[in-house]
Amino acid sequence: MSVEKSASGDVALKIERRWAAVSILIIAFLTGMAAYAGIHQAVMPQTTVEIINPTTLHMTGEFIESNLGSALEPDGSVTVRAVAQQYSFTPACIVVPKDTPITLRATSADVVHGLLIQQTNVNTMLVPGYVSVQTAKFEETGEHLMPCQEFCSVGHEGMWAKVQVIDKPQFLAMASNKRRLSCAE
Amino acid sequence: MLNSRRLIIAHFWVAFSVFGLALILGAWQMFIRSPLASWLGNPEWYYRSVTAHGTIMGYVFPTLVAMGFGYAITETSLKTDLIGRRWAWAGLGLVVLGAVTAMVPVSLGKASVLYTFYPPMIGNPFYYIGVVMVVVGSWIWVALMSVNLIVWKKRNPGAVVPLAMYANVAGSYLWGWTAVGAALELLLQIIPVALGLRTTIDAGLARVFFSWTLHAIVYFWLMPTYIAYYTIVPRAIGGRLYSDSMARISFSLFLVVAMPIGIHHTFADPQVGAGFKFIHSAFTAVVALPTLLTVFTICASVEIAGRLRGGKGPFGWLATLPWRNPAMLAIAFSFLMLGFGGAGGLINMSYQLDSSIHNTQWITGHFHLIFGGAIVIMYFVIAYDLWPHLTGRAIASMSLVRLQLWLWFIGMIVTTFPWHYVGILGMPRRMAYYDYSNPALSDEAAPVVMSAIGGFILLASGLLFLFILVRSHFERRIEPGQYTYAQAAHAVTRVPAALNAHGLWVALMVALTITNYGLPIMQLAVRDDTSVPAVFVGERR
Repeated sequence: MSVEKSASGDVALKIERRWAAVSILIIAFLTGMAAYAGIHQAVMPQTTVEIINPTTLHMTGEFIESNLGSALEPDGSVTVRAVAQQYSFTPACIVVPKDTPITLRATSADVVHGLLIQQTNVNTMLVPGYVSVQTAKFEETGEHLMPCQEFCSVGHEGMWAKVQVIDKPQFLAMASNKRRLSCAE
Repeated sequence: MLNSRRLIIAHFWVAFSVFGLALILGAWQMFIRSPLASWLGNPEWYYRSVTAHGTIMGYVFPTLVAMGFGYAITETSLKTDLIGRRWAWAGLGLVVLGAVTAMVPVSLGKASVLYTFYPPMIGNPFYYIGVVMVVVGSWIWVALMSVNLIVWKKRNPGAVVPLAMYANVAGSYLWGWTAVGAALELLLQIIPVALGLRTTIDAGLARVFFSWTLHAIVYFWLMPTYIAYYTIVPRAIGGRLYSDSMARISFSLFLVVAMPIGIHHTFADPQVGAGFKFIHSAFTAVVALPTLLTVFTICASVEIAGRLRGGKGPFGWLATLPWRNPAMLAIAFSFLMLGFGGAGGLINMSYQLDSSIHNTQWITGHFHLIFGGAIVIMYFVIAYDLWPHLTGRAIASMSLVRLQLWLWFIGMIVTTFPWHYVGILGMPRRMAYYDYSNPALSDEAAPVVMSAIGGFILLASGLLFLFILVRSHFERRIEPGQYTYAQAAHAVTRVPAALNAHGLWVALMVALTITNYGLPIMQLAVRDDTSVPAVFVGERR
């Protein structure tokens, strides 16, 4: 074996270094894209960690049964509160107005669940002990399925809820005579 | 020099036997939840099966392949007897005992919690204890790899550590450290509850611990495959390794950046703040670097083979490659699957894109394509390549080997592409049943049938693989000669000290784990108001 450098060795090294530089550029570009999307609020993870006691959900605080469902806020936005438990969501059918900023606040009463709204990018885990917060805006009316997306024991396959997106005036009319809304009227 | 043949064959046979069993379960799962099957009376059977499939395929099978291959690499690359063969047998014994201990409660339906554990659901304690035994058994291997390299270095001062051994030991250190996350979750959190010593558990903290293991474990699975890319394939197809030092850089980088990225598995979780999600997302992008380097080096190494065989021009070398050689075929398939799977991975890495596919069938498709596809197809190559050296007999039939590899590739594509597609439609994972008669889900029926068919093709290929290995034990005797590794195009006489040892990289791995995990873990661990009641499965208390 010779230790002196060969010409082809130098060429090989040069090509290799060029490729490494290209790879680093690709990665810098991807990271930059993620940072850009984050800063411009495309969708952002929740910024604060909120704690809640799952054993007293039904007795006190914002997740008592009479407070679940969609609430119209003074600023015109809508807050949806939901609870997941083995093997259903409450409310089982969520109603929201279109073209309105929605804040979803949800948690679990027992094990780890998750929810995703099909055809949208609303998708979050529900971990008992913590409150999940996600914002959304629906641009079209219609109905979406909302399955539990995390294994939560034997009844997991039956845990499907619905989301109905309705016109804003219709929602406001419903909200005028009821504090908390769900599809069941 | 391959004197621990029985030890290595024992590892491979246990690994491939349990792989066969788990493959049957996997195919059954594909079938039972597809429109091809009528509804299963008890959905619990499905989750039992998923728990067994995941536990075997995630913890037992790849670990045993890495262990057996590691012992083979030690003897063949260092050209010395394995030190601590008895310990190695003890490690294997512990893995087997642990696997049986874990699978008994799973089979009885007392631990259907899936291989990801999901506390506060708590199953039978023996399931978790069994998994811990598997991990402890594999840690014996980690220690042995380290000891063997240290002793060899003492005996050969200043010598260059062979690339295969360098990478093998890097893989063992990665596993040793990444398994700590799940071990902490099991020992500190889950097992005390499963044994009845405690009744509450912090589910959020458990998920953070698990993410510590969950991502880097994939790179541990990947290590034998990458070792095969760099050190087996170029030799098997008559090429040269383009660059030995780039290979070492790639393996060192895996050690460093595979670890501090796992929180991307908790992008949608409420117990981790946005800042660490971004940091881990950025580090996840960096882990693409060693793979991009590998793709270049291996393509260049394969090109050398094509040119040595008379290939000319920018693409002419492709035609002259030895396509009938199983190693050539497998690496082409592996790279195609790695390419598709890697592209999917880049999507998962971004918080924004991930939110449209998180926990859908897309994810199942993604990791089956990477692990089951790109990684496992190279495990087959490792077995086919080593088998004559282990048995002293020829491989039964090269055309069956080619058929097996083709079937695995086709099966994996047919299985995972529709999986990705229904994931985009929003089909959730891990359900025993889907109501395909619902108009909102009826679009998913045809792709699910297609992917079930892919599952059957995979099963056929897996069984064919086992058949070929069994038959090869009864083939004609041959003298396989010395087991060798690919030679570098430019002879390696010296490598930088940092690339001949692991100290720097292990230190970086630990340091980055502390910076990237320390705070998220501490923030949750110091709180006493985050624990929730355990929910026991499989029995009533």
